[in-house]
Amino acid sequence: MTAALGTPRVPFWRDVRVLKWVVQIVVVAAVVAFILWLYGNYVENAERQNIPTGLEFLDNPAAFQITGNPLSQSAPVSDALYQGFLNTLRIAVAGIIAATLLGTIVGIARLSKNWIVARMATVYVELVRNVPLALFVTAAFSVVVLGVFPAVQEAWTPLGLMVISNRGVAVPWFEGSGRGLLLTIAVAALAWWVVAKWRGRVADRTGHLPRSGLWGGIAFVVVMVVGWFAFGTEATFPDLDGRSSVGGIRIDPSFFALFLALVIYTASHIAEIVRGSIQAVARGQAEAADAIALSGFQKMWYVVLPQAFRVAIPPIGNQYLNLIKNSSLGAAIGYYDLTLVTKTAVGNGAPAVPAFTLTMVIYIAISLVTSLIVNIANRRMALVER
Amino acid sequence: MSAARVITWVRRNLFRTPTDAVMTVVFGSISIWAIYRTLNFVFVTGRWEIIEVNLKLLMIGRYPSAHVLRLAVTVVVLAGWAGLLAGIVRARQIRSGRLDPRNLGFSARRVRDLIGRFWLGGVVVLLLLLLSSTPGPWQMVGAACVAAFIGRLVGPFIGRPHFGLLGNTIMTVVLAAIPVVMYFYVVTAVGFDDWGGFMLNLFLAVCSIILCFPLGVALALGRRSSLPLVRMICTTYIELVRGAPLYVLLLLANSALGFFVPSSVAPSTSTRAIVVFTLFTAAYMAEIIRGGLQSVPGGQLEAAKAVGLSPARQTGYIVLPQALRNVIPAQIGQLISLFKDTSLAGIAMGLFELLNVADTIPTQEQFRGQGLLAETLTFAALLFWIVAYTMSRESQRLEKRLGVGVR
Repeated sequence: MTAALGTPRVPFWRDVRVLKWVVQIVVVAAVVAFILWLYGNYVENAERQNIPTGLEFLDNPAAFQITGNPLSQSAPVSDALYQGFLNTLRIAVAGIIAATLLGTIVGIARLSKNWIVARMATVYVELVRNVPLALFVTAAFSVVVLGVFPAVQEAWTPLGLMVISNRGVAVPWFEGSGRGLLLTIAVAALAWWVVAKWRGRVADRTGHLPRSGLWGGIAFVVVMVVGWFAFGTEATFPDLDGRSSVGGIRIDPSFFALFLALVIYTASHIAEIVRGSIQAVARGQAEAADAIALSGFQKMWYVVLPQAFRVAIPPIGNQYLNLIKNSSLGAAIGYYDLTLVTKTAVGNGAPAVPAFTLTMVIYIAISLVTSLIVNIANRRMALVER
Repeated sequence: MSAARVITWVRRNLFRTPTDAVMTVVFGSISIWAIYRTLNFVFVTGRWEIIEVNLKLLMIGRYPSAHVLRLAVTVVVLAGWAGLLAGIVRARQIRSGRLDPRNLGFSARRVRDLIGRFWLGGVVVLLLLLLSSTPGPWQMVGAACVAAFIGRLVGPFIGRPHFGLLGNTIMTVVLAAIPVVMYFYVVTAVGFDDWGGFMLNLFLAVCSIILCFPLGVALALGRRSSLPLVRMICTTYIELVRGAPLYVLLLLANSALGFFVPSSVAPSTSTRAIVVFTLFTAAYMAEIIRGGLQSVPGGQLEAAKAVGLSPARQTGYIVLPQALRNVIPAQIGQLISLFKDTSLAGIAMGLFELLNVADTIPTQEQFRGQGLLAETLTFAALLFWIVAYTMSRESQRLEKRLGVGVR
């Protein structure tokens, strides 16, 4: 239109629309060329050294044994990788739960009015946060488990519930159908939730104290006891039998050390997040809780923490992702997670590039799923603006 | 403090309520036990000869003795350089009147402040000196202190006058060239593949920090770009790298980086480590800087457009400086974690850095089977801790001085 009115057209080398596309095409071309160059080099090098570039290695026999796993040596690499994946999930879930608990407690303790408690929490956070995790992992395995823990003959048996030795930590476990127990726990949790909701409604109607924790807890215990006997589950306790522990379940030393290191390290980071989030809760909220004479615990539990966690979910989710990725350090102390399985397979002749790429893809997938869950939690907890 | 005030303090902070009293007793006894165990380990049961014997290995690895002098010269020059820089920066701040007037001149308050900032580091350096059996380190540290002091005194004379554009450019180039020159001075004698110990950790961290920063800025700008394809490429890179564990990336680089470059170029292990640390940290830096870019109010960009700045200048002069300033604490936090992660280079790639040395020396013939790993790991932890802790303290101080989140 403007051209028709006699204004000279902008020459194409100064036209923003053209320039934008030129820039993009140049950037994409450069990136694609770089990737092609890398890939070309890779194919050429792999061909020259006669290394396969595909995923065929997954069907070869693994030729190694995974500690604490019945998988035979002749099972294919893919099965071993799957077991490694499960091990990664195990350490991740256990670590996340424990680190969240410890981190929250330490974070609250940092703000305690009790001088000693606050000091201890501060020292813990500042000491742990500034030391590499790799050092903790090494120390937990070589110094604590292999050095401080006694030989199995003179294992520690606190309260007769655990057998702690340098061969691992045995804890009480159950015998019977695992699926049944899982179902029982799920139903019991559901019962807790339903009863708590119901108590909340009753409290709204009558004005009595809800006591949803107490009622829900009773419901949980009742369902658990019923389910426990209905499925015929039995508890086994570890015991010392000469040169080994029997009964219960024995936690591998490497698992225990990795768990210890990950929890101690991640909890220090979570504690800082929790502290910051508690401080971010408006002071009036705590004062209001004081004004209606809530106890210290009630103030934390009903007023401050729910609001603090709203702020804390995204950064804590990041810490969960870090914990999952950091669990790959277990490979350094012989915990057969995804990383160590891959590393061992590569050592046994699997081609390095496809194997590690596959591992990385799995880690990225785990990360994406985790951040998806965190995002959903965040959206559900987010304050609805009025 | 009078006795009455002590009692008030104790009642208020330790025995406020019955629960409080119980907690004080329980945690007080736990902390006394922990302090006792620590002191007992440090002064009684710990056998620290292994550190004394292997101090050189822990600090500089297998660096050839013939060239250690070059390291000492470098440390002294860099100390002088740092002092000079501090002096210049301070003079510039005074010149532009940005300094709190209470902080001008020499006062007991500033000395206390300085001691408060660096006494922990000083204690650790002194400890290292006391562990060393030769006079060399003493001389080096002494000379470095003198050089830093002289640099600090000379700096204001360079920083105060106005030099004009040419003078400023020359000064910047000369100052920036000093560390580069020192790097080549050291590396021409012993290539950095033979470096080791704590020196290697510091070197890996510094190199990766310098390299990852521009890449991180570029990725952050790319992710916020209005060009969809550029944005897509940057986002993909950032998300992929952030999803993968550093340890696996290091393993991959160790066994497979050679596949991706022509066989004539075979990068050394240290180079591989630097490449991985740089690429990895750049993705995290990009996310932090993106946060900073988002925190700059839109009016700033509009104002820059209104005064007719070109797009490059809008970003470079107006948006980016504010964005970077807003996220200084997060950036330094990321750099601290990079510094800590250099310990992975030993586990994943077999580089002879501090953690690897600390892990290895208890297997020396002289010390084998004595369970001295606790001692060596404690020493390594102390070195990592003091650097990371000082960095985080300084970052908090910088944050306060720049008034982030205050105005």
